[in-house]
Amino acid sequence: MLFKGLKKAAMIGLGVAIGAGFTLSAEAETPKKGGVLNIVVGSKIPSYDGHQETTFGMIHPIRPFYSLLIRINPDNPSSPTDFVCDLCEGAVPNPTDDGKTYVFKIRKGVKFHNGAALSAQDVKATYDKIVFPPKGVPSSRKAFFKMVDSISAPNDTTVVFKLKYASGAFIPAVATPFNFVYSKADLDKHGYSWHMKNVNGSGAFKFVQHQPGAFVEGTRYDGYHHAGKPYLDGYKAISAPKMATRLNAIRGGRADIEFRGFPPKARDDLVKALGDKITVQESDWNCALFFTPNHKKKPFDDARVRRALSLAVDRWSGSKYLSKIAIVKTVGGIAFPNHPLAATKDELMKLAGYGPDIKANRAEAKRLLKEAGQEGMSFTLLNRGVDQPYKVVGTWLIDQWRKVGLKVKQDVKPSGPFFDSLRKKKDFDVSIDFNCQSVINPLVDVSKFLGSAGNNYGSYADPVLEDLFNKMNQEADPKKVRAMMRTYEKRILDEEAHMALTMWWYKINPHRSYVKGWKTAPSHYLNVSLDNIWLDK
Amino acid sequence: MTVSELPNSAPATLEELTEQRTWYKSALGLARRQPLGAAGLFVVLTMVFMAVFADVITPYDPEANDFEFMLAAPNSTYWLGTDQFGRDQLTRIIYGARTALYVGFVCAFIGAFAGLVLGVASAYFGGMFDLLFQRVMDVFMAFPLIILALAVVSILGTGTSNVIIAITIPFIPQCARVVRSSALAIREIPYVDAARAMGFSHKRIILRHMVPNVMAPFLIMLTTFVGQAILLEASLSYLGLGVQEPTPAWGLMLQGGAEEYAESAPWVAIFPGLAITLAVFAFNMFGDAVRDVLDPKLRSR
Repeated sequence: MLFKGLKKAAMIGLGVAIGAGFTLSAEAETPKKGGVLNIVVGSKIPSYDGHQETTFGMIHPIRPFYSLLIRINPDNPSSPTDFVCDLCEGAVPNPTDDGKTYVFKIRKGVKFHNGAALSAQDVKATYDKIVFPPKGVPSSRKAFFKMVDSISAPNDTTVVFKLKYASGAFIPAVATPFNFVYSKADLDKHGYSWHMKNVNGSGAFKFVQHQPGAFVEGTRYDGYHHAGKPYLDGYKAISAPKMATRLNAIRGGRADIEFRGFPPKARDDLVKALGDKITVQESDWNCALFFTPNHKKKPFDDARVRRALSLAVDRWSGSKYLSKIAIVKTVGGIAFPNHPLAATKDELMKLAGYGPDIKANRAEAKRLLKEAGQEGMSFTLLNRGVDQPYKVVGTWLIDQWRKVGLKVKQDVKPSGPFFDSLRKKKDFDVSIDFNCQSVINPLVDVSKFLGSAGNNYGSYADPVLEDLFNKMNQEADPKKVRAMMRTYEKRILDEEAHMALTMWWYKINPHRSYVKGWKTAPSHYLNVSLDNIWLDK
Repeated sequence: MTVSELPNSAPATLEELTEQRTWYKSALGLARRQPLGAAGLFVVLTMVFMAVFADVITPYDPEANDFEFMLAAPNSTYWLGTDQFGRDQLTRIIYGARTALYVGFVCAFIGAFAGLVLGVASAYFGGMFDLLFQRVMDVFMAFPLIILALAVVSILGTGTSNVIIAITIPFIPQCARVVRSSALAIREIPYVDAARAMGFSHKRIILRHMVPNVMAPFLIMLTTFVGQAILLEASLSYLGLGVQEPTPAWGLMLQGGAEEYAESAPWVAIFPGLAITLAVFAFNMFGDAVRDVLDPKLRSR
């Protein structure tokens, strides 16, 4: 038994070490040209329009067809502050005018796949669609750009963003990988919904075909603006909704990589089966799993009851064990762990449910429930019909609540009806909830906790929180911003216990060892342009 | 001997003792003639025992997580190992019998009885009613059981009650169709005409005179349905549309770990799978035996 455990640990260690070694040696190796990369994707494509979609099901197969104005550094994707130009020239510009003006110089000679030249007018038209969409045109990231006052293109190589106030959230928002740069001519000629079903980008690969439910195929774009790239001849993004299929595809060599991530057990099985033929890269993940009580339903309108729910949960111990069977790991507050704006462990431990003494926490939870007249109450936890990490964490949460005498049933619904309950029916007691973002941008990411946010399902209004958020986003002094973030966090997780965080996700990307040049990022939406990847076959 | 020394109950009469011996002999004879059926009945009775006394015979809480022992292989403490939440597999399988039998019996009884009444009524009334009713049954029977159950559960949602409804609905036309064919023959027998001539109500003729005469096919359908319902419940739970965690249910146990741990912790998939197989096999064997006993043609051989 012990030997088996050691053997497994050694194999995992080997895999991770190979991953780390690969990371260090990737730059030293000379990329080879050629080959087709097979990617497995665990979700479907709702439409090709990056501006309105929010799913990896779209971004993994479609992102390689498009370019962005700026992007995270593909050689350093784990950094939340390292951004590089994609369509712009030189370095990412620093702001002028007291932080309120950003001037981007656009590369010359970039062409769309249809042969048309790309200019600053295209970038302006793209951001006009994202930031100021006409009525009825969906833009999922419009709220990221609240600080933008105007966008202009004084000539074909210059784009100017004027902000209402200086904001550290602007550059990360521009680097969001969903901000595909479209051709102005396409938008003018075909309208704002044309890109839902058609592709014309300036990315590393050209669209070849999409067989719905089967695969998307792309081929190398020889006119790509990053010299010498891409290295691959093409790629195929194969649709495989079941995790077992994706896993077996990599194991059997029918796929080379999956960008979203596998649970630890799957990683262990792959490493055990393939040894040094598999490389594992791991990263904290800009996704957090919450539970949200419905404030419109009794007794969850009572802050004591909400606090008790949070106090009953042993996050520290949960992290230790759940990280072995689920894609969650890090205990954290509302901001991405280890970010300068995130709470330290000491700060966390002062919040309800984060204290190190779980017995004391649960005693307090029982006291609060008794005080609220809700001892031994029953309720239903709404959950999403997706195993990782939703159902695993849901089952764990129910057990945690049992320990303070609560009787909880679980109502698991497929994604459609689940979101219907959250957004339209609002008929749940307590629901599993999540906040998954791409570029790490806590100032914007934490808007999720505002009662007024479109993706907040708690049905509460908290003017104090709204005021804090606005002030925090308009504050230029990083120290003050950090202090405000703590106040904001304390109100959400402790004083009002509007929502409660379980754990942050943890990304595990096992891939074939011959896949080189790719580095994992703290989001499954990031670093999937494929232009750096090459195959060492 | 004083009155107070008299035994509380009178000694069994010779007639009663003979009756007991006859019953015992008949059961033994039946077990010899139908060994598979008897084995099936034994498994069914064991399941019932497990379901009823689960609280007494299991040492662990079926829903309590114990991560210290997560994915433990079968050993002297956990005979069938533990799952990814450290829950004892044996305890969950024993409690799972409760879920399986509850869903199985409720679905089978409701589905079979509804089918019985509707099938006999359809045969008895005949004409346009029979024609229209049978076409409705045709529509339901055009769908495979699992597809129809899936459709119902996707409309109603998950949970034990909805699963029962989803499984019961497809059973009704199946039973109605079989019972109707037997009832059509009975309808032509003169005693039904005689009952009509005596002015008995339709209800009395159907329930008192026709239903008892179609009991043989009905009982066979009933036992088959229990097995089918257990399998359907497990299938729906496996697909994530049936009973939900942390309720112990065999299909759910498979769904929770079969794919992910099949290789590294095979007991997570094997034992719930075996429980389902054994239960369905037992009910089918028992059903076959009931059919053989009740079928006059087979009985005379």
